[in-house]
Amino acid sequence: MSQSPVPLPFIDGLRDAANLRLPGSGRAWLDTARRENLEAFVAGGLPDTRAEAWKYTALRALGQRRFALGDPAATAHSIDPHTLILPGVEGPRLVFVNGVFRADLSRLEALPAGLSLQPLSQVLEQDPEPLRFALSRHYREAGDAFARLNAALAGDGVVLRVAAGARINKPVQICFVGAPAQGDLAWHVRNVIEVGEGAKLGLVEHHLYNTPHKHLGTLVSDIVLQNDASLQHVLLQNAAEESTLIRHGSLHLGARSQAALHVLELGGALVRHDLHAELHGDEARLDTRGVFVLRGRQHVDTQLSIRHQALNTASESIWRGVADERSRGVFRGAIVVAEGADGTDASLNNKNLLLSALAEIDTKPELEIYADEVKAAHGATIGQLDERALFYLRSRGLPQAEARALLTTAFCRAVFASLPNETLRDHFSEALLAHLP
Amino acid sequence: MLKIENLHARVEGKDILKGLNLTVNPGEVHAIMGPNGAGKSTLGNVLSGRDGYEVTAGSVIFEGRDLLALEPEERAAAGVFLAFQYPVEIPGVNNTYFLRAALNAQRKQRGESELDSMQFLKLVREKLKIMQISDELLHRAVNEGFSGGEKKRNEIFQMAVLEPKLAMLDETDSGLDIDALKQVAQGVNALRSPDRAFLVITHYQRLLDYIEPDFVHVLADGRIVESGDKTLALKLEEQGYAWVAERDPAEERT
Repeated sequence: MSQSPVPLPFIDGLRDAANLRLPGSGRAWLDTARRENLEAFVAGGLPDTRAEAWKYTALRALGQRRFALGDPAATAHSIDPHTLILPGVEGPRLVFVNGVFRADLSRLEALPAGLSLQPLSQVLEQDPEPLRFALSRHYREAGDAFARLNAALAGDGVVLRVAAGARINKPVQICFVGAPAQGDLAWHVRNVIEVGEGAKLGLVEHHLYNTPHKHLGTLVSDIVLQNDASLQHVLLQNAAEESTLIRHGSLHLGARSQAALHVLELGGALVRHDLHAELHGDEARLDTRGVFVLRGRQHVDTQLSIRHQALNTASESIWRGVADERSRGVFRGAIVVAEGADGTDASLNNKNLLLSALAEIDTKPELEIYADEVKAAHGATIGQLDERALFYLRSRGLPQAEARALLTTAFCRAVFASLPNETLRDHFSEALLAHLP
Repeated sequence: MLKIENLHARVEGKDILKGLNLTVNPGEVHAIMGPNGAGKSTLGNVLSGRDGYEVTAGSVIFEGRDLLALEPEERAAAGVFLAFQYPVEIPGVNNTYFLRAALNAQRKQRGESELDSMQFLKLVREKLKIMQISDELLHRAVNEGFSGGEKKRNEIFQMAVLEPKLAMLDETDSGLDIDALKQVAQGVNALRSPDRAFLVITHYQRLLDYIEPDFVHVLADGRIVESGDKTLALKLEEQGYAWVAERDPAEERT
């Protein structure tokens, strides 16, 4: 990591960060963790494209920008509550505007038995001790710069626990809303989620905005599934067109636990999504499904890494990428089967569609196997719409744009077929269609 | 309805149609026969507007409009339909959904109201009865995993729902056994009407045993070299295409 003699505007903008009063400030261990992470971030700077994990995503332009450290008006922005409604999602809701919890927009009354759901800002002021382990973590990898920054500055987020054996039938919705502030803002959100032994949780994560803005958001999310737990996680990313979003998720799966993740990435100018999953207990199972649909000059980089490290674990990943106009998509899917993880069954399938000669998609499936008796398959393709199919549809009367949209949605369909919430599935199709140019 | 004059067309730099003349009136069934490479499929593709077919001379007037100036979807909305020789498989697109989208797209272009799903379902049920095909095909993805016969029947079924004015069948008989051929022909015959014309493009005479043409044209080297009634097809069947190869273009029928 090189450090410029004149600090980048991005780093210079953090000069006063050490004196920032954040929720929980004043607790020695938390202050120390925040300070050390901030120092590490400033010393390391933003990763450049020499770091393997950032090979296809240049941050030079971001480094030249300066972001405000907080939005004093975050609790005052007027947000139309209707925009928060997702069809088929009617459970408890936690809403953050520019990274700050908004009680007035949230729905936390009458939580089902076994569900504990609180904003991090509250937990930090009341009793942060149970989060000490999670929040004291140090991120050492060069590519983890944003996780460091997040650890240094996050003051809010979701703290969610499902008690052992509890089944939360209505999915919990967590919303991250961007709103224009005084200049460009950087907000940082930290989620700590635990699904207890034998418990069941549905989680819908929704990124949206009310009026266009150019903020930077970082989100670090740790999810732990205890033995026999199950999780349905849906992520709809429809952030503001010119915003930057860096999401760093980790998922820990205990024995016989099951997690299914469905991702639809539509918004943002620069979006980076890292997901690290560890199949830690025997017979754990992970299904990931994802689609990005890009237009304009959007740049979306998805980095999926799945580590099998117990007996008879399974993972199946199906991802689709669509890039139109001058957009660029990046997908890296890495599967590691650790030594001794016999009986692993892992597959990764990534197909991409270029809708324009100026669009670009880079895909990199990786497979590392250190165990015997493993079933593993991976494949990636990049192609264009089938001209014959396009003509067939047009010859039946569908205008060119409609024919392209029909074929593009069909291309993405395999990803959402397994989404159990049918209403939400239809909404995904519509959102996807609406995003096509 | 359709008037083709002196049509010249080129594919990949090679001249295929070299001065084709043909007039089709409502209600008529015209068979276009000819040896391989004569330009039969090119004719269907040029008329439906496929990319890669360059018209170098001549004109095609359909219902008073310059057909060659229209996009494929505009030709469809104007009433031109091509039953493909090789119908395309489209995974992930449901057959019913596709057909309703196509019909409504055509209706929209013509300034007609779109059909809601109930109205469309009613229409589909009527057409299924006429075509005698099972509604199981409707629930599958367009042509995906269909047998050869199912694909061709699906083409005719689409034709029944879209109700074109000019229906072109491109080698619809190819790859069909006799039972499938009969079913397809039955479907076509059910759609014959005084307002609808057919252009049946075929290499073999056997399809014409079941779809009786009013006119038979022989296409050779990019031109119609002989025109007649259905007995011409029988003559071709007996004598092969060799005897027409050397002939001059037939006189234009008006």
